[in-house]
Amino acid sequence: MVPILETKNLTMDFGGLRAVDNINFHINEGEIVALIGPNGAGKTTFFNCITGVYKPTGGDIFIAPDGTHSERINGLKPNIVTEKGLARTFQNIRLFQNMTVLENVMIGRHCRLSAGILGAILRTKATLAEEKKVVDDSYEILEEIGLTKFANEFAKNLPYGAQRRLEIARAMATDPFLLLLDEPAAGMNPQETKELDEMILHIRKNKKISILLIEHDMSLVMSVSEKIFVVDYGKLIAEGTPDEIKKNPEVIKAYLGDETDA
Amino acid sequence: MSNLVKYFSLKEIKKSLVITLWFMVLTFPIMVIKVNTIENTVIWRWGYLAIIAIGSFILSTLWRYMMERKSLQAGKESKISLQQKLREMGEKNPRLKRGALAAVVVLVVAYPFATSMYQTGIMTTALMYVVLGLGLNIVVGLGGLLHLGYAAFYAVGAYTYALLHVHFGIGFWVSLPIGAGLATILGILLAIPVLRLRGDYLAIVTLGFGEIVRIILENWNDFSYGPSGIANIPRPTLFGIHFKLQQATIFIYFIMVALVVFTIFIVRRLENSRMGRTWIAMREDEIASQSMGIDITKTKVTTFAIGAFWAGMIGVVFAAKTTFINPASFTLWESIIILCIVVIGGMGSIFGVVVGAGILILLPEYLRAFSQYRMLLFGAILVLMMVFRPGGIVTNVRKVYRIDKEKTGEAE
Ligand SMILES: Nc1ncnc2c1ncn2[C@@H]1O[C@H](COP(=O)(O)OP(=O)(O)O)[C@@H](O)[C@H]1O
Ligand SMILES: [Mg+2]
Repeated sequence: MVPILETKNLTMDFGGLRAVDNINFHINEGEIVALIGPNGAGKTTFFNCITGVYKPTGGDIFIAPDGTHSERINGLKPNIVTEKGLARTFQNIRLFQNMTVLENVMIGRHCRLSAGILGAILRTKATLAEEKKVVDDSYEILEEIGLTKFANEFAKNLPYGAQRRLEIARAMATDPFLLLLDEPAAGMNPQETKELDEMILHIRKNKKISILLIEHDMSLVMSVSEKIFVVDYGKLIAEGTPDEIKKNPEVIKAYLGDETDA
Repeated sequence: MSNLVKYFSLKEIKKSLVITLWFMVLTFPIMVIKVNTIENTVIWRWGYLAIIAIGSFILSTLWRYMMERKSLQAGKESKISLQQKLREMGEKNPRLKRGALAAVVVLVVAYPFATSMYQTGIMTTALMYVVLGLGLNIVVGLGGLLHLGYAAFYAVGAYTYALLHVHFGIGFWVSLPIGAGLATILGILLAIPVLRLRGDYLAIVTLGFGEIVRIILENWNDFSYGPSGIANIPRPTLFGIHFKLQQATIFIYFIMVALVVFTIFIVRRLENSRMGRTWIAMREDEIASQSMGIDITKTKVTTFAIGAFWAGMIGVVFAAKTTFINPASFTLWESIIILCIVVIGGMGSIFGVVVGAGILILLPEYLRAFSQYRMLLFGAILVLMMVFRPGGIVTNVRKVYRIDKEKTGEAE
């Protein structure tokens, strides 16, 4: 078994600033892995490199959706990366505000559909069938995430927690093998965080999607993830199980000390 | 009512008085003092001061009242759009809907016979701007790409027909698809260099593009006959029948009616299709749509190309209608008018564009008396729109998908 996602010496420089510094990372099929670190440590930049938003300045990224054949995906465009089965959410919510909740999810389905301009104008049988299917599929995802009551609302009118969940629903609609969540619990209340916790476990179990999670909420990280990677100033400073990380002196010094003991 | 009363409270009146005082001081030098340089006397026009005082007092109170109302409404979000209301009415009462539709059809058909040739011509122009607005609406309203060179595609259509006629004697009906096709190709060519641009930068480059096309047409005498333009372009024929002027005017009117119906039909189907959704997603957030698997390059090219198509088509009709074209018809002003139709009518909304074209094209024709103040009014309307109805007169409603499933129980 090769890891479904692996980075080797991944590096990203912004001018003189090295935001991601030689990170070696891997996640296996079916795992929930957390990436933690203080603000500005380079976590989001790491996501952006993997998903093609930035072209990394050094190192390699490999994916192996089927668990056997590795493929290098450095510098591919974000939409190609998504087609290959990596889907993400954004730390600062980036929903399509003036589209309905259902339409947001339908956009997620886009890369799995094929209707073209002629099909749309002529409303061919195939196009109509596809359109009906995309509505049904999207609705099913909303059911799963518990957003059906908002289906025809504009995304911008949703409560905050629901917007975060819609980001996840939209990402799931792309049929990923790996879901990358960037601080999904940010701004959520404890109740919402608990629901998110259950949702993440549910997604992994029912959809067979592996999950990579950036998170600040330590209780969430500790309860759902099997493995944790810790970054600080762009460097990987520790990796291991939640218990190992809790005890790691370097991590405590860099990060956990302030957060959990407070 | 209660907040109206509030506006007659002492505090609000004081605020308005302060503003009024400011206005009086600021406009004092230009409005009140009039120096007669020949006789070296100063005329004090105190009457003007009174008018300014009263005017600014009323306006400032009104303005703050409107702002207040606006901020109150923003919280409620209960704006039911006109379009929604009409649709609901039609659904509740199908006979009424059919009746209204029949009335519109009768009105449209009877219009050119019931009115003068002049009126028919104006209406034809308005219809042309409806299609132009719908085309630009794809780029600006749906795609969110600020495009200030749209008239260039319009010019391409017009010159296609004119030149095809001059050199090859090709008629209107053959030129119609060719003009639209060439404009589409130019749309693709323009899209490629501006792929990386957004917002203001895109606006500037497209503006430059529009001017370049016009300047080429103005200066390349051998090709486009320069500023003198091309005259004697034939009006459309029907199966080889040539019409007299009056009949031709009516005929072009009906061609435009057909083209408007055709355009609305196609645009409606496109905007609710897989491709149309990508346009709107691109407008909402380029990075997010890319991360959701949308090829942004392709999406930009299709918006520019499909937007240009309609301008090219209407360009051909324009040449046939006026029978004379020159580069002066395709200035930046033209692009801006079309943009205003989209913005004022309501970005992204087909019905909005129809309303916008009606207001911006028909009103000036009927308000000739105010033609001096046209620009002033135009500017004032735009500013007021931006403040009070930034979504346009008709706010767009997204399609509501019906999910016909047995289990529509809440999943929560
Ligand atoms: N596009 C960019 N240009 C320049 N610097 C950036 C850019 N994106 C992120 N950075 C910098 O990289 C560092 C890591 O940022 P980020 O990845 O957002 O941190 P985190 O997500 O861990 O809080 C920060 O110092 C940030 O200022
Ligand atoms: Mg971050």
